[in-house]
Amino acid sequence: MNSKPNNRYQRQIQLKEIGQEGQDKITQAKVLIIGAGGLGCPALQYLAAAGVGTIGIVDFDVVELSNLQRQILYNLDDIGKPKATTAAGKIKALNHDIKIETYNFQITNKNALEILENYDLIIDGTDNFATRYLVNDACVILDKPLIYGAVLRFEGQIGVFNYSNFETNIKTNYRDLFPKPPDSNSAISCNDVGVLGVIPGIIGTMQATEALKIICGIGKPLANKILSYNALENIFYDFEIAGNENSNSDFPKNKAEFLAFNYEWFCNANFDVETISIEEFDTIRKQETITIIDVREIGELPVVDEFSFLHIPLSELEDKISTLSTENKIVVYCKSGQRSAKAVQLLKEKLPNSQIFSLDGGVEAWKNNN
Amino acid sequence: MEINLLAFGQIAEITGKSAWKISGIKDTNALIQDLEKQFPHLVKTNYSIAVNKKVIQENTAINENDTIALLPPFSGG
Repeated sequence: MNSKPNNRYQRQIQLKEIGQEGQDKITQAKVLIIGAGGLGCPALQYLAAAGVGTIGIVDFDVVELSNLQRQILYNLDDIGKPKATTAAGKIKALNHDIKIETYNFQITNKNALEILENYDLIIDGTDNFATRYLVNDACVILDKPLIYGAVLRFEGQIGVFNYSNFETNIKTNYRDLFPKPPDSNSAISCNDVGVLGVIPGIIGTMQATEALKIICGIGKPLANKILSYNALENIFYDFEIAGNENSNSDFPKNKAEFLAFNYEWFCNANFDVETISIEEFDTIRKQETITIIDVREIGELPVVDEFSFLHIPLSELEDKISTLSTENKIVVYCKSGQRSAKAVQLLKEKLPNSQIFSLDGGVEAWKNNN
Repeated sequence: MEINLLAFGQIAEITGKSAWKISGIKDTNALIQDLEKQFPHLVKTNYSIAVNKKVIQENTAINENDTIALLPPFSGG
């Protein structure tokens, strides 16, 4: 077996659109993948295989059993391990010649600019609106192309933001398509509604394709466009995005405004949810009878056996509200506190007279404290 | 005057269909009103509207055989 670089990349150098010149560009390219999940795994795999010289991976999460259905870099032995370093190990084994940087922490407006600055191209593989708006805005401020992808059920979206195809100088971004995040009640993430595993496989692979096109300067990247894919109906439909004046109002326009912007708040702007701290929760559950509801999906970690609770995944909550006792205080928890906040809002609408709280920081914070 | 409607993601879930035809609608504001009356859940849902594949921001006239697509944001990754 010959592992000389030229042999490794022969099949793509053979393409006249790429050639040795394109391969050199790929070797020099620096690509950051934010989120090593359903979208990030296939994108990482193909970009490493193609020889992208520097790959950055941002993810603060650990591998869970329920990830394996779609996050194809991981296997059973990886459960409980951090995703960023685990993914880095897998792609390093695939290609020793590339440099990999890992960021085993959450991307925030405080650290985003520093990280993104080091890369030519950003791939959005995140799973929540707050981070999507944050990454979008950071790319606009730093003038970096952003390859966006998102999935839901049997559908996916992909687009290239903040990049012009040279047909025009216009560079549009996520806020030109969706100036405001969805109402928290309508915000659906993968955890809540499910997704067919191959959908992020397809969209993440397309994100890698767009990245290679932009790096090599070939073809027509999806600039100023969103392509929507529906697997059940076999429909690909594209949307042309024009600049949107409405998107400018809330937009952090410079580094200082970006650092001061509260993305969690922006994406839950209609929230009126009472939270309960870990300490308060531990006190009241020992002193009175309360109803505790776990709204995570079945099989999510960590397992809770320290106290008793009702397990009603958020997706089933609306149908099961009538079965809840309204006599006691209700505390709802999920993994990190986002879904439980949605659940509290839902419960409040149907049970306006009950005292309902979301466990601040979720079961992860509780486990860390206990 | 018939127009074609395409719905994606949650919009298709709310309307119960991903492609259909309607008539008697002259512009996008009238379309939104009509849809929200038929499907009250749409009031709380945000989505972009494209007329013949171009995302619009303001009320836009609709002509015979135009295709109007309704695209909600997704967050899953």
